[in-house]
Amino acid sequence: MEELLNILRELHPEVDFETEEHLIDGMILDSFDIVSLIASIHEEFGVTINAGKILPQNFNSAKALYALIQEIEEED
Amino acid sequence: MQNHILSDLYRIVKEKPDKTAYSDGENSLTFREVYQQSHSIGSYLYKQGIYKKPIVIFMKKSPQEIAAFFGTVAGGCFYVPVDEEMPCERIQRILDNVRTPLIICDEATAEKAAVFQVGNCIIKQYNELIQTERNEEALKDIYDRAIDTDPVYIVFTSGSTGIPKGVVACHRSVRDYIEQLSEILEFDENTVFGNQAPLYFDACLKEIYPTLKFGATTYLIPKQCFSIPVSLVEYLNTYKINTICWVVSALTMVSAFGTFEIVKPQFLRTIAFGSEVFPIKQFQLWKEAVPDAIFTNLYGPTECTGMCCYYRVDREFDEEVIPIGRPFPNREIILLSEDGGETLPGQQGEICVRGTALTLGYYNDRERTDLAFVQNPLQSAYPELIYRTGDIGRYNQRGELCFVSRRDYQIKHMGHRIELGEIEVNVNAVPGIKISACVYD
Repeated sequence: MEELLNILRELHPEVDFETEEHLIDGMILDSFDIVSLIASIHEEFGVTINAGKILPQNFNSAKALYALIQEIEEED
Repeated sequence: MQNHILSDLYRIVKEKPDKTAYSDGENSLTFREVYQQSHSIGSYLYKQGIYKKPIVIFMKKSPQEIAAFFGTVAGGCFYVPVDEEMPCERIQRILDNVRTPLIICDEATAEKAAVFQVGNCIIKQYNELIQTERNEEALKDIYDRAIDTDPVYIVFTSGSTGIPKGVVACHRSVRDYIEQLSEILEFDENTVFGNQAPLYFDACLKEIYPTLKFGATTYLIPKQCFSIPVSLVEYLNTYKINTICWVVSALTMVSAFGTFEIVKPQFLRTIAFGSEVFPIKQFQLWKEAVPDAIFTNLYGPTECTGMCCYYRVDREFDEEVIPIGRPFPNREIILLSEDGGETLPGQQGEICVRGTALTLGYYNDRERTDLAFVQNPLQSAYPELIYRTGDIGRYNQRGELCFVSRRDYQIKHMGHRIELGEIEVNVNAVPGIKISACVYD
């Protein structure tokens, strides 16, 4: 989780990712952030996030995103 | 008068008053509503005695914002779009440059609009302005007196000194651009545009003016869709969108994550792209997903109103870059060598543009205008300006123009044109920073 929070903080140092739950709905992350995020997650966790998983509910909070990473890791 | 950008609106409102002109999916305006609301705004300007002035439009991206643009022009003024996405400092610099007598905002932006230092400028909300009784006689008179070299809009682009540059375009160049673009991309009354570009860029001209010309429809796709590729393609399908003119990064966002394995665009027939180089692998994924669509690469600087070169993809590409092709009709491309003459065949040179497409220059900035809009060095017999893009190009063996690089420190990021110098100037202004250098990775 800490690695993910570090990736997110690098994108938006001003956001409190431990509590924020509207990263997509609140337009905090834009499309470029999503692309960078998916690339960094791939690098850090070796996990590939496909279009089917790029959904608001998976990206709205750090917690949900971490759960997604774990889910994909388990599938592999 | 033929060459006024609103002449298409006045024709089409009689032919298709009840057709949807602009929509974001939930909120729409018909051509009649566009006409009525824009004329109320024009009438307000007349009543206030505001004429031939820049009017700042600070609204959420919406069909209403487009009607506000037209209202400004109907009142004999020109519009200056600013947006919530812009940092406040940048908006303030724009306001300092244009010294507008009126800011038109909406409920979403009113609070923010009140913060700026604007002197005696009036700040009004759109919904209030459209209550103004229409004075058709006064607006007819304003229309009849307009000439086609009068400004239509100012859009701001990045400046290396940290001060944004306001590019001023007139009726003549916008009309010419829309005419040529419509022919090249074969727009017609059945065209359904899916707009991606923000309304504070010239890139949105491609949709908003042909919509008037043909009585077509434009959907302003919510920005959020561009973060969620599957919803974006579903949005295209829901509204039967058949024509898109997007920056390359918006297209690759869709293709790069396997979206087409889940959903494919069903109605697209015209796909124009530009502002960046299209990675061939991503381009192939698009071609496979939408094999019947026509793909066109577009190239052009804001200073020449919009796009000025095009290449309709007509062969396979593997390693070679997709060319920017050839100029639109009614513009000439000159490649200038470093010594100021025309380059020899096969050599690279600075891409310069000649023709009606040239905008009027940078607003309140004679100095920077004179550096980029210069006398055609190939003839000295009469005054004739060309625009120096700062882009380096060369012709390939097929005689197609190809983009090579930049002459300076301008980059493209997600389709946005950014001077690295502007970032450095702003970073240097942060307390504790002595000097900075910006690189783009």
